[in-house]
Amino acid sequence: MIKSFRKNIKGILIEGLTLSSALLIIAIIVVMIVVIVIGGKNQISWEFLTSFPKDGMTKGGIFPAIYGTALLVIIMSVAAVPFGTITAIYLTEYAKENAIIAKVIRFAVRTLAVIPSIIYGLFGLGFFIKFVGVQMDNTFLGGQLKWGQPNILWASLTMALLTLPVVIVSVEEALKTVPKDLRAASLALGATKWQTIWRVVLPGSVSGIMTGTILAVSRGAGEVAPILFTGVAYYVATLPGSFSDQFMVLGYHIYVMTTQSANVDQTLPIQFGTTLVLLALTFILNISAIILRYRIRKKKTN
Amino acid sequence: MTKETKRKKKSESGLIDITQKKFRLSDYLAEKVIKGVAFLSITIVVLIFIFVFRESLPIFSNAKAPEKTELASRTVETQETYGEVTDKTATAEVQETYGEVTDKPAAGDVQETYGEVTDTTAQTNPAEKSYTVSAGSGNDDNRGALKSLLTKDWVPVSEKPRYGILALIIGTFKITIISILFAAPVAILAALYTASFASRRMKEIIKPTIELLAGFPSVVIGFFALMVLATFLQNVFQYDTRLNSFVGGIAMGIAAIPIIFTITEDALTAVPKTFNEASLALGASKWQTAFFVILPAATPGIFAAVLLGIGRVFGETMIALMATGNAAQMGLNPFESVRTLAATIGAEMAEVVFGDTHYNVLFLIGSLLFIFTFILNAIAEFYVKGKLMKRIQGK
Repeated sequence: MIKSFRKNIKGILIEGLTLSSALLIIAIIVVMIVVIVIGGKNQISWEFLTSFPKDGMTKGGIFPAIYGTALLVIIMSVAAVPFGTITAIYLTEYAKENAIIAKVIRFAVRTLAVIPSIIYGLFGLGFFIKFVGVQMDNTFLGGQLKWGQPNILWASLTMALLTLPVVIVSVEEALKTVPKDLRAASLALGATKWQTIWRVVLPGSVSGIMTGTILAVSRGAGEVAPILFTGVAYYVATLPGSFSDQFMVLGYHIYVMTTQSANVDQTLPIQFGTTLVLLALTFILNISAIILRYRIRKKKTN
Repeated sequence: MTKETKRKKKSESGLIDITQKKFRLSDYLAEKVIKGVAFLSITIVVLIFIFVFRESLPIFSNAKAPEKTELASRTVETQETYGEVTDKTATAEVQETYGEVTDKPAAGDVQETYGEVTDTTAQTNPAEKSYTVSAGSGNDDNRGALKSLLTKDWVPVSEKPRYGILALIIGTFKITIISILFAAPVAILAALYTASFASRRMKEIIKPTIELLAGFPSVVIGFFALMVLATFLQNVFQYDTRLNSFVGGIAMGIAAIPIIFTITEDALTAVPKTFNEASLALGASKWQTAFFVILPAATPGIFAAVLLGIGRVFGETMIALMATGNAAQMGLNPFESVRTLAATIGAEMAEVVFGDTHYNVLFLIGSLLFIFTFILNAIAEFYVKGKLMKRIQGK
């Protein structure tokens, strides 16, 4: 009796320990959200969201940063989503499960997912700017410097590489939920493999591709390290109009305002406001991705 | 053309018409294109390695020049003495300045102070002459850089720049250890709770919430650490420097928790139900089963989770830039400011002259980071996975 009681106490303590770890994580998340919402909520106004920074960035809004972030993720998605989707199609539809090629590709995708984001920044600088950009300048512009310097195109492409594995993994998961019977039926009716993929498999996994895109956009909107030296700017007076322009981004704006600003205390509301905007943006994107994915998984179990 | 002829040949043989599918150009092309695109990920990994490493090559190539090797070696000695002197005289100053680092763009300033102090001590040093001689020609800059790589002075902006990455490496490892000591137990226990104890309802709250944390931009976590966490921890632990490796480590731990949690949870739920049932049938209680049966069965997976968590922390840039104080110091005290490898790249690459030694050294640091995370991932992938499968399938 006493023994079992002791055992129970131990059990309760240990279960309590694991529970409190889980609660600690949730508490950290809640505290972070609450602090940022309380700090930033008074700053959010229509004017803050739609006007340019003023008086040496101590006043005014963050419109160029929002615009730059939107542009960045759009160019990035245009590059990353098709390539990611096609890679996922290859892995699920064409490659045999145990083929060496498929294994190597999967390993490469996972490697891409764990490479630190700052390395992508270095790669963007070394490859896109110093190699591709400089070559383009030399061949098309006779050495005049246009592409061989940081700009929004190179930053977006760098970000596309970073988000490629996100897209691949989501789309692959979605493709796997399309039942084998559907493929077999399509093939039995005389459709070719490509027709089956294009007309049957892909339409059945649109939500998965959307999840991948949303997750990639959320990741791309929040990352700063890859674009630090591939195109982001401290301040630009005009919105980026062409691929060769530099641009502002929400995440970098936060970093600059907190560490490089002349008067940190004075700009504190702007910092909190910008952080709130970025957090809300990634939050909405992530929640919609989670809901979409939940639906896909439900479909799979049915 | 060749495809056409192939097709003709096939139809000529007659037999295959029914059993083999008709050749279609669109299908053939689609397959080739898809295959080609799929190879892109491999190409990117290779390209990243080549281009990051390529930009760091000049350090090695110029260092091979045979002339003046003797002088160079003497330079190293003198540099070491410089290092000690610098440490004694300069650390105090640097630490003081470092309280405010985040308030202004001080990284450069502090480095300069470092440099100046070193220079004044150097003038009193009799070995100065040989140093100046060896620093005469252009190549010597690179050679000096290579020789000084394993010293502890990181003084890239000064008249005689030195690129000792030892302090940066120690700083990085210090932060990694702190954050993993914080993140790994919390994440693993939470995963154990979700996998073994939690009701379905609880699971549906915990898992999406932690997934949400995975989506937090690191700059937001860095901002939170800088504004709130740093002050809070300073009030609790009463240390002097507000931004230090402890604050940075905890903040990076927050970033690493979702990774460790998700992979651990996957590994725990992958343990077959039969393990659970057998243990319960033998009379073990729920917590005994969780701790002594399920947890050990999933160890390789948990190991992989921790490795990937380490990889995440190791390369984290924005949190390191914002919350660690950014002073390259050797000490093992967790409440001192540190500078990590990734943060050094992030902070200095934008101001560097393209193609000079400093630029090359930063790329060399990048190559180190790349190789380290690549190896971590490879271990997690091959070694751990093989072991996990073996254990679960009972072979």
